[in-house]
Amino acid sequence: MLGQPVQRSEDPRLLTGNGRYLDDLGQTAYAAAFLRSPHAHARLRSVDVTDALGVEGLIAIYTHEDLEGRAAEPLPMLIPHPSLSHGRTPHALASDEVNHVGEAIVMVVASDRYVAEDVVQRIVVEYEFQTPVVGVESARAAESLVHDDVPGNVAAHLLQETGDVDAAIDAAPHRLSLELSIERSASTPLEGKGVLARWDPDDRSLLVHTSTQTSTSVRQAIAAKLELPVDRVEVVTPDVGGGFGVKIVHPWPEEIMVPWAAIRLGHPVKWVEDRREHFISSAHERAQLHEVRVGFDDDGRLQGLSVRFWHDNGAYTPYGVIVPIITSTQLLGPYKPGPYRVEFWSLYTNTVLVTPYRGAGRPQGCFVMERTLDAIADELGMDRSVVRENNFIQPEEMPYDHGLLFQDGRPLIYDSGDFPATLAKLRKLVGWDDFEAYREQARTEGRTVGIGMGCYVEGTGVGPYEGGHLRVETDGTVVVSTGLTSQGQGHQTMLAQLVSDELGVPFDRIRVTTGDTRRFKYAVGTFASRTAVMSGNAVALTARKVRAKALRIAAQALEVDPDDLEIVAGMVRVKGAPAAEIDLGAVAVLSNPLRYAFDEAAARATQFVTPVDPDLPPVAAGEEPGLEGTAYYSPPRSTFANGMHAVVVETDPETAEISVLRYCVVHDCGTVINPMILEGQIHGGVAQGVGGALYERMVYDSSGQLLNASFMDFLMPYVTEVPRIEIDHLETPSPLNPLGVKGAGEAGVIPGSAAIAAAIEDAEGFRISAMPISPSELFDLRRGAAEGRVPWLRRRSAPAPGPGSSSTGDGS
Amino acid sequence: MSAPAVESVHDITLVVNGVPQQLTVPARRLLSDALRHELRLTGTHVGCEHGVCGACTVLIDGLPARSCLVFAVSVEGSSITTVEGCCESDGSMGRVQRAFQRCHALQCGFCTPGFITTITAYLRENPDPSDGEAREAIAGNLCRCTGYQNIVAAVLSAAQDPTP
Repeated sequence: MLGQPVQRSEDPRLLTGNGRYLDDLGQTAYAAAFLRSPHAHARLRSVDVTDALGVEGLIAIYTHEDLEGRAAEPLPMLIPHPSLSHGRTPHALASDEVNHVGEAIVMVVASDRYVAEDVVQRIVVEYEFQTPVVGVESARAAESLVHDDVPGNVAAHLLQETGDVDAAIDAAPHRLSLELSIERSASTPLEGKGVLARWDPDDRSLLVHTSTQTSTSVRQAIAAKLELPVDRVEVVTPDVGGGFGVKIVHPWPEEIMVPWAAIRLGHPVKWVEDRREHFISSAHERAQLHEVRVGFDDDGRLQGLSVRFWHDNGAYTPYGVIVPIITSTQLLGPYKPGPYRVEFWSLYTNTVLVTPYRGAGRPQGCFVMERTLDAIADELGMDRSVVRENNFIQPEEMPYDHGLLFQDGRPLIYDSGDFPATLAKLRKLVGWDDFEAYREQARTEGRTVGIGMGCYVEGTGVGPYEGGHLRVETDGTVVVSTGLTSQGQGHQTMLAQLVSDELGVPFDRIRVTTGDTRRFKYAVGTFASRTAVMSGNAVALTARKVRAKALRIAAQALEVDPDDLEIVAGMVRVKGAPAAEIDLGAVAVLSNPLRYAFDEAAARATQFVTPVDPDLPPVAAGEEPGLEGTAYYSPPRSTFANGMHAVVVETDPETAEISVLRYCVVHDCGTVINPMILEGQIHGGVAQGVGGALYERMVYDSSGQLLNASFMDFLMPYVTEVPRIEIDHLETPSPLNPLGVKGAGEAGVIPGSAAIAAAIEDAEGFRISAMPISPSELFDLRRGAAEGRVPWLRRRSAPAPGPGSSSTGDGS
Repeated sequence: MSAPAVESVHDITLVVNGVPQQLTVPARRLLSDALRHELRLTGTHVGCEHGVCGACTVLIDGLPARSCLVFAVSVEGSSITTVEGCCESDGSMGRVQRAFQRCHALQCGFCTPGFITTITAYLRENPDPSDGEAREAIAGNLCRCTGYQNIVAAVLSAAQDPTP
């Protein structure tokens, strides 16, 4: 089934209203609501609950003062890094200070959510205002501090370099400097976060359901924070309504407070995040300012590249410096930069914390590199695709070592990829070489069009490991589990396809469970396009292990050599003599010698029924009862997928409205498991890329208020904003893993801003340096170009007057 | 400034997916919450609570409506269809649901119920939409996973499904 567009086994449940998302569970639980700071930066003076106490249905009100021990300490610093000299994390409930609008201060538990919200409204908090720090420039200026003990607002500073960059740039025939910026956006899954906790006082055990991307690590974190033995805590991830990165962060304050309250009250407690809460208390991403200095030769080949950037990490840094590290390394894309130096400062602001959102720092890095290459092409009067080609790492140079450290602490070594072939496919798909004729035709119709491209390399499938467990039941059903979670990627289908092939059982006999610590305790999580690589390989290895065991047992039963056996459609049979066969369910029966016959299948394995050698133990030495197995996959380092996008845009000469006419994708994620699911991942990523380029931004005012914290004002694309997406594939298998797969989950989003900026620039004839871009911003840029404040492209120095020129007062 | 400490409740009757129901709800109980938490029909999802995302769309007397913007007491006597009611009578998937699976028109599935109800109502009025009309039909619903490509395809595919 590998490579087949198998329909998803998840779908009938989800399509008929039988999904089990967090808020579908725990209908009798108490409801929690949180009083969140309306101020971006303040000290807490007092909390007065007097007016709230009379509300019927109120169960409890908690503040930081109610917490004890480790629950009262700051939340964990999840990913420490030597550069993170001033890491700070929030408390589960704010102790004496709030650092962004939305930070949780008081927890209310009530009979239902309506009542809980009533109570929240009646609680009065007295604040002592501090000066808020909003935006990268304000943080960098450091006239005010977010945290009093963090000088310069600098959480982390990191420099990596290879070779003498300044000398190389100075010696190059040509040099350019650029300033580039990207604004905030966010994952924004349709389902927010949510937590349900049930405490069993008799068993002294805790069962938590949470809409997370990592149930195993939430389990460990809850046990640590609430000082419970880990074996008394289980965490289950139910159906999750999208994640895109924001749900990999953990434990969120609510993932501590809800279980804490459930234990204290001896009653199930549930909290479901509402949309405004998600905007102001879950994580954002993307905002960075970059300064680039580059040297290059007459063919546009990079001779040296220096990048300095400032990263807005929001109020806290639980996820360390992962996002800026990824930006700083993945910026290099498919290119050889020559000597490279990258230096970043990760800065605190009084805004929602910043953690990975699909793409995780790569869209910014790609934007910076691709803008730089476009600038080089323009400087030299070269075709933009040729400049890229001249800088590509060649297939015969793989594996290619950049001499840097990647986000997993391992060397940045590309394992595979054929960048020239990918570019050739893209040029053909979009009709790159014929575009000038199209532009000319459009011009005669009074239309302004432009084309751009963006190329990226994505490190996927980061370690440390994932595992799989597989058991064949006595009725022949195959139950599979892996520890990481699913948020809609079709993991159950994809993993069942692999098991079907590896074990030789029909797809519909396979049941896959993800993200349930009762089933599988050791896992990392779902992020960094890693499930197909990590759990895919782990589950395939598990299936191979169980297959070998099945063949050993069947060989004994059939009195043949295991090498003479095969498993087809769930039957173990002798190759070439299919009459001699035994079904896998029967093999499972034989694998588990029994004393008691609890059903018919079991009766066949009891001690007076099975033929045995009386001199041997019923379970052979080295074997274990049950037709099951566990295996893990742990790669030496990430495997690198890549892709290239090309975009054709039209800009309205009057209104500056930007329309994406065509969006073309060429993608290489190695061996494809399910092309239907893969294309779905690309579609969704591209839609988020288009959103991030043209519509989505988090608009904070100078006092730290998020002005567009609703779907009315934060403009996620509807179908009307997403163009038809044209896709072509290339498969260069990864040499690093048995299946040859590379990740694909984030790919679609990465080059969106880069390619769309390039296309708009190409249409308009002046430099685009900041994304996202709205029609009014484009209109202002037109005016700026006309007034000489925005530089024209060199290739536009003597154009035929475009249709936009009359309305913008074009002076060139 | 706050809600009263004790609130009054109201008895309502309505028909949900063909089944008569009697409910006792506070005046402010949203239809979405009444369906989900009183009737335990959790297929209707709440994505934004301000009527923009469309995940909570149900059919009220056959017409699509955002159940997060409707008070349960205001649909007294109405007939409601939720995603559960878009199935065949034997509980198997209906034609829009089948088309969604066939076309891979869902990923996480959270927004999906609102699309299913919206498209079900749309195809009754417009049984043979063009590509542009299919896009128009779903233009009021947000999906964060699929980029809409396959949802458009599912609208067209459902329209071609001869099984009612």
